[in-house]
Amino acid sequence: MGDYFVLAISCIFVNNILLAQFLGNCPFLGTSKKMETATGMAMAVVFVLVLAGVITWITDTYLLKPLNIEFLRTLSFILIIASLVQFVEMFLKKSMPALYAGLGIFLPLITTNCAVMGVCLININEEYTFMQSVVSSFSYAVGFGLALVLFAGIRERIIIARVPKPLQDTSIGLVTAGMIALSFFAFKGMV
Amino acid sequence: MAQSMVKEFTKGLWAELPPFRLVLGLCPVLAVTKSVENGIGMGIATTFVLVCSNLLVSLLRNIIPAKVRIACFIVIIATFVTVVELVMQAYTYPLFLKLGIFIPLIVVNCIVLGRAEAFASKNSPIFAIADGLGMGIGFTLSLGALGAVRECFGNGTILGNPVFGSDFQPFTFMVEAPGAFVCLGLMLCLMNLIGKK
Repeated sequence: MGDYFVLAISCIFVNNILLAQFLGNCPFLGTSKKMETATGMAMAVVFVLVLAGVITWITDTYLLKPLNIEFLRTLSFILIIASLVQFVEMFLKKSMPALYAGLGIFLPLITTNCAVMGVCLININEEYTFMQSVVSSFSYAVGFGLALVLFAGIRERIIIARVPKPLQDTSIGLVTAGMIALSFFAFKGMV
Repeated sequence: MAQSMVKEFTKGLWAELPPFRLVLGLCPVLAVTKSVENGIGMGIATTFVLVCSNLLVSLLRNIIPAKVRIACFIVIIATFVTVVELVMQAYTYPLFLKLGIFIPLIVVNCIVLGRAEAFASKNSPIFAIADGLGMGIGFTLSLGALGAVRECFGNGTILGNPVFGSDFQPFTFMVEAPGAFVCLGLMLCLMNLIGKK
């Protein structure tokens, strides 16, 4: 149990997917201008990432490895993620319209979110067991959500502030992200 | 004809320079630019995928049904990424190890899918190649430039050659994660300043 806790802490803070591993930066900058969209995106990522992590792990262990076709990993993972996102979208639309309305446009965007694909690949590269992959997928997703919501909070403030013209928008956003990354840096010695 | 081809090619180099103007495909931009070598290696790999997928998408643009086009594009891109992955594993193994997870992740690089959807699926093959090549070279140059700045300050070298005297203290912040964000932000600011004139 303790091991899982350490793994979770390391995935959320120390190796934060956005700020330390640089995965999923496009939605990080794209959806962080408003708190609402940021929370929507964060929730959608948690949802899809856990499912994707589990399914790709099973596929890799019971299909690709026994058949010795690991070179098809990239192709099969992206197809799994793309169809999973499509499936989740249809399922939510039918059975949970309220949640669907909340996540809305963010679901299709997740297909090209490299955080999802990245975590699936990390799970395989680190040779995690099934439970470890579940924990790491969930924790990475939480770390993504945490960083995104923190960033959105700051960005909402920046809009009010007077920023020099060339630095506006994405430019100041990146510098701010650097500052947040610096604060997450403090966790480095923890695990 | 030749003139408009040049236009498609050059727009990727300045007017629509991918990581800066379009702010797409930032993950590899931030992650692999610890040194010039990594940056350019990644850029070339991406350029190859970009040109090949643009060409194939453009050739098949009248055959692929509109409803499943994104899925088809992704399969095409993933195929070329697998090719790059295997080739790099065979010929440039040290670089392959350094870039690691970011080579398979070219699949989800928004620039590649973005160009397939926005340009190649609507234009003839020659233009699609020009567009892919321009975008790819622009991407490579941006990665190289960012890598040069970070390597220069963070490590005191460019392409492994020392640029400062022996008493230079490396500014390690630049090669760490936060430095990547700040450095890219400031470069974007610089581009805005130049572009305004």
